[in-house]
Amino acid sequence: MYTQGLDQQGKEPQGLQPRESAERLAAFQERIDAEEKIEAKDWMPEAYRRTLVRQISQHAHSEIIGMQPEGNWLTRAPTLRRKSILLAKVQDEAGHGLYLYGAAETLGTSRDQMVADLLSGKAKYSSIFNYPTLTWADIGTIGWLVDGAAIMNQIPLCRCSYGPYARAMVRICKEESFHQRQGFEIMLALSRGSAAQKAMAQDALNRWWWPSIMMFGPSDKDSKHSAQSMAWKIKRFSNDELRQKFIDVTVPQADFLGLKVPDDELEFDEETAHYRFGEIDWQEFYDVLAGNGPCNRERMQVRRDAQQGGAWVREAAQAYAEKHAAQAAA
Amino acid sequence: MTDKSWPLYEVFIRAKSGLSHRHAGSVHAADDEMALNHARDVYTRRNEGVSIWVVKSSEIIASDPAESAALFEPAKDKIYRHPTFYEIPEGVENL
Repeated sequence: MYTQGLDQQGKEPQGLQPRESAERLAAFQERIDAEEKIEAKDWMPEAYRRTLVRQISQHAHSEIIGMQPEGNWLTRAPTLRRKSILLAKVQDEAGHGLYLYGAAETLGTSRDQMVADLLSGKAKYSSIFNYPTLTWADIGTIGWLVDGAAIMNQIPLCRCSYGPYARAMVRICKEESFHQRQGFEIMLALSRGSAAQKAMAQDALNRWWWPSIMMFGPSDKDSKHSAQSMAWKIKRFSNDELRQKFIDVTVPQADFLGLKVPDDELEFDEETAHYRFGEIDWQEFYDVLAGNGPCNRERMQVRRDAQQGGAWVREAAQAYAEKHAAQAAA
Repeated sequence: MTDKSWPLYEVFIRAKSGLSHRHAGSVHAADDEMALNHARDVYTRRNEGVSIWVVKSSEIIASDPAESAALFEPAKDKIYRHPTFYEIPEGVENL
């Protein structure tokens, strides 16, 4: 059941046990350990609910903000085919944001509250969307790397312990694979093109590589939410595990394109069968998260303007609905 | 800005004729017609449906998970309601 239905959530057997007794927490963990899904109206620890609201709403905000860097190229796509594809992709991002807001709302936080938290800067979104899209090759790189990293992150979320989130992720992952492929196709066309096109592809890879591998979040030793999220089966793999997996599958794709990953320390380790890679500049990651990336202010301004610019439409729709409801009642 | 938020609707989609409608997710909308339009835009971008139902979430009456034992346990021990409960001798056919 969804937000409105959650009013009943406070209803507890009176005087039996405190809300979060050790027994209750243990019983909850037992359900998780047995791979049972938790549904919206089920009892859950407050911290579990808070963690999910934070994670799902940030995820939703990322989808919504994520429309901007790509939207920037809608009117300048090189062909009608590319334009139709990019438009469909940006529409998908809006859809993904909406699936996720819907999933987060089942936890009892209203959509308006989540949007207000984004606009006030209280809620975060993925650091990756604070980088600019300077050339058409950036659109290819975003699909290939950013959506590729997102898929790597999101596939395990399809098995997340919270049912509504897991179901939204199944749908998102299905739609996302076209996003990655269209990006790779753009890169393929450029890398097989003229010297200037190939240089454009390389330049985009140079700028997006490090921000993309930062998308998996801080290193495990610095990740403050990881252990509990793993125990609750919200997360299935650690940040570093997923990052390694992403690098292992992506480097051969760059090789295929004839592009060079901008990391001099990148080297395949025969023994572990994994790529070793250079040190990530975490200061950059934290700076961008703190609001000081190249485009943070612009992204937020565009979102605030859109919210304000659309206010009259929402008000008109509301007035129309009320008028018709009143006429029907009369 | 409007402070009045649009009500939430639950969306059910029939994937193709012959199948029942299935819960797909939810949308906010000012009225029923807009809810249908939003549901169409959000949940059927890839031919996922031939029919949509939307219903205000507040109109749905749901069972309480805390009472699920009382509601559903009694059916558990009535295994004689399943055909596999009955023993049919070898050689008896069409049963």
